[in-house]
Amino acid sequence: MPHDHAHTVLPSDPALRVKALETLLVEKGLVDPAAVQEIIETYEHRVGPQNGAKLVARIWSDPEFKKAILAEPMPILQELGYYGRQGEHMVLVENTPTLHNMVVCTLCSCYPWPLLGIPPGWYKSDAYRARAVREPRKVLAEFGLNLPDEKNIRVWDSTAEIRYLVIPERPKGTEGWSEDQLVPLVTRDSMIGTGLAQAPTQ
Amino acid sequence: MTRVHDMGGRFGDGPIETGQEPVFKEEWHGRALALTLAAGALGQWNIDVSRHARERLSPKEYASFSYYEKWIAALADLLVEKNVLSFEELKAGRAQGPSDLAQRCLKAADVAGLLTSGGPADRASDMEPVFEVGDMVQTRRPARNQKVEGGHTRLPAYASGVVGRVVMSHGAFVLPDANAHGLGEQPEPLYAVAFSAAALWGTAEKAGDEVILDVWQSYLVPV
Repeated sequence: MPHDHAHTVLPSDPALRVKALETLLVEKGLVDPAAVQEIIETYEHRVGPQNGAKLVARIWSDPEFKKAILAEPMPILQELGYYGRQGEHMVLVENTPTLHNMVVCTLCSCYPWPLLGIPPGWYKSDAYRARAVREPRKVLAEFGLNLPDEKNIRVWDSTAEIRYLVIPERPKGTEGWSEDQLVPLVTRDSMIGTGLAQAPTQ
Repeated sequence: MTRVHDMGGRFGDGPIETGQEPVFKEEWHGRALALTLAAGALGQWNIDVSRHARERLSPKEYASFSYYEKWIAALADLLVEKNVLSFEELKAGRAQGPSDLAQRCLKAADVAGLLTSGGPADRASDMEPVFEVGDMVQTRRPARNQKVEGGHTRLPAYASGVVGRVVMSHGAFVLPDANAHGLGEQPEPLYAVAFSAAALWGTAEKAGDEVILDVWQSYLVPV
C-alpha cells in the first residue's frame, strides 16, 4: 500500500505528533536530542536580525564597503560569518528615494536565515504570501507604512535559492552617528521591506 | 494550475497579523524545525524533495494545517517513503530494530558546522545562457513541471504566460523540477525577471510597480 499520507497515523495534536516522531527517531539512533536542542537554541538566541542590522549599519557607514558588498556580497558575508543554510546566495537590494523593495516567498517561506534568523509568523502566513505580490501597498499600509507616490515598489518573490535582503534608507538626523548607534534603528521588518528603519528619537 | 501552495495573488485571505511574537511561538514549533533539519542531515533527500513533500499534502490539510504542522506531516511522510522508518514503526510509535543510518546521526557538536556550511545550489552547467540582462522574455503557460506530470515546479501560476524583462543573470542553479523527483540536478541558467504589476494583474496599484521572480531558463521562451 502506498503511504502518501503516512503522517495520518500519528497523533493529530501537533505537539504530540512532534513528540511521537522525535521519540521514534531517537529510539532508532537517528536523531540526537542534544542536537535538536542545539538547533533550537541557535535560532532562538544566536542567529537573528541583529546580524542583518549590523551589516546594514556598516553599509550606511562605509561607502567603500557598501560598493563592494552590493557588487559581490558572498565573499564578504562569508568572511563576516554571515553565511550558511538559507543564505548561500544573497542579493542585497537598496531602497532609494524613488524605489522601495519588499521580499516575499509566495510558494513557501524562503528567507535569509543567516542574516535574519527564522521568519516571523506573518511572513509565512497565507495572507502575506497571497497578497504581497498583488497589493503590496495595501499590505504595507497594514504594517503602518504608507508609501508615497514618488516611490515605485519592487516586490521580490523568492522562487529560487537566491535570498534577498533589503537595505533600508538611512534615517535623516543620523549624520555622524557611529555604527553601534545605528544598529538599533535597523529593524527586522526594514530588511524585509515591510517597514522603514526607525527614525532617531531625539 | 499547480497546487494549493501556489497562492500568490489569491484573494480572500484577510488582513495580515503583523504583531510581534517569539521566534518559536510554541515549544513544539522549534522542535518541528530542528527535527526536520536533523532528519535532513541523514542525507536521504534534498531541499527540493522536502519542499515538494509539504506541497503535496492534500489541499484540505495544506489549507488547515499551521506552518509547522505542514513541516512535521511532510517529515513523517518522507521518513516512511525513503525507508528511514517503516510504516509499522510510525503506526506503533516504537522502533523495530536499529537503523543502518544511525552512524549518520547529527551530533550536537556538528550542528554549528552544518548550519554555517549551508548547501549552495549553484553549479556548472552545460546549458549556455540564452538571455541577458535587458532581454524581454515570456514565461511558459501553464506553469507546470515539464518532466513529471503534476510535479514540483517553482514558476508560480500568477506569473505564467507573462512578458517580463531580465534584470539579473544569476548563473546556473540546480533545477528543482528535476531534483525534487530523483532526476538529478540538471542545472540551468537562472535569471531575475521583472514583471510590471499591470502585466501580472491587469491593473496596478501604481504604474511602475514591479514584481521580480527568479526564473530558470526552461521556464522561459523568447519574445
